[in-house]
Amino acid sequence: MRKLVIAISMLAFAGSAAYADPIKDRQALMKERGKLAGQISKMVKGETPFDGAAALDALKAMQANAEKFDVDTLFPAGSDKGDTTAAPKIWEDMAGFKATEDKFTADAKAAVAAAPADADALKAQLNTLGGDCGTCHQTYRIKKS
Amino acid sequence: MAWLKKLLGAVIVLGGAGAVAGWFLSAPVRLDAATLAGLGPGDAAKGKRIFYAGGCTSCHSKPGAEGDARLQLVGGLELKTPFGTFVPPNISQDQKDGIGAWSEADFANAMLKGVSPSGGHFYPAFPYASYARMKPADIADLYAFMKTLPAVAGKAPDNKLSFPFNIRRGIGLWKRLYLSPEPVIALPDGTPDKVLAGRYLVEGPGHCGECHTPRDFAGGVKKAEWLAGAVAAEGSGVVPNITSGEGGIKDWSEADIANYLETGFTPDFDSVGGAMVEVQKNMAQLTADDRAAIAAYLKAIPPHPNGYPARKPAS
Repeated sequence: MRKLVIAISMLAFAGSAAYADPIKDRQALMKERGKLAGQISKMVKGETPFDGAAALDALKAMQANAEKFDVDTLFPAGSDKGDTTAAPKIWEDMAGFKATEDKFTADAKAAVAAAPADADALKAQLNTLGGDCGTCHQTYRIKKS
Repeated sequence: MAWLKKLLGAVIVLGGAGAVAGWFLSAPVRLDAATLAGLGPGDAAKGKRIFYAGGCTSCHSKPGAEGDARLQLVGGLELKTPFGTFVPPNISQDQKDGIGAWSEADFANAMLKGVSPSGGHFYPAFPYASYARMKPADIADLYAFMKTLPAVAGKAPDNKLSFPFNIRRGIGLWKRLYLSPEPVIALPDGTPDKVLAGRYLVEGPGHCGECHTPRDFAGGVKKAEWLAGAVAAEGSGVVPNITSGEGGIKDWSEADIANYLETGFTPDFDSVGGAMVEVQKNMAQLTADDRAAIAAYLKAIPPHPNGYPARKPAS
């Protein structure tokens, strides 16, 4: 009986390792955020003309990304090891980490609700969101290479 | 046994001479009268730019301070380094706990010579080894600006350093090796003004090299690997290579660098992180010309490969 339990839990562990890689998942979501920030920034800097609909789409995608970013699933205990730049501080101060993520989600939501009318309004929103990126990366990310 | 006595005598004499020489060589050296006379009255409006270029608030405001609270220079941040824990002091205008009672000459001696009003050495965690390259006029302007900032009471805790780093006098010897007002990177005649302006901001007030350059065993920056990146002296991880060498920022244009300093976004829209977050907030307060000058200098300096070891494979 004991052997069976161990065998099942080992299989379950192997299964979860094979089907979910929280490090890759969270990195993919972060990359997408960067890409969206890049699209918005082009309009802010006038490299592409301001397009209200496209800006709103990008902000909506940012909000969807933020809402998908479930900290419990993406940062399980033990996922500080491996090919990651997540700082140990995340697991030492999970509440603080979640609070910075919640602020980003709230700011993305507010940006969508405000629907920026021109490049200046969009710039203010990008500054707020970019500030959130920095606040979190200041404490919860370590540069390794 | 006569030889033993002679040897002992020689050791005592040499040791004594060494101690006497060490005492003189480690003495704090203040600015000369001519430099002090040239300081003149500062301009607070101009000093604001120097304040942000110098990044005073990054270390001297209360940890976590935002907005106007960043101008309350009460100190207290803990910098945990291999030498021990440094705690930046209160440099607000408080007469008792801060530097409100300092004269302009006191302030200039601290910034350019690392000497306190009472004649002791400051630890070079206070980056006077970079500030030593600043123009006296900018020191005067900075002094005038800091006079406009609030007085905040409260002493920060003392440094907690291990032997022998807890002996302040020893810093005098360190200064003989590493303290110089000369530029790090010699630039040829005909170098554009923009690059020269960038050199001043980066090597002087900006003190970029303090974190972005590896250090030798005695804690002096290795000028042969200037801005090549380094293992972080404080906390963990690395500080990036900002030369155009392997691993550095060769692919960044000058506009990319200036934009990063203004907005905190890298060219591929990663964001600023770590201790650079506070620095970037300061850089965003500078003029576009100043940021462009910094960028031009970084593209003009010698390229180096990363000044830190390659990342270990994931275990």
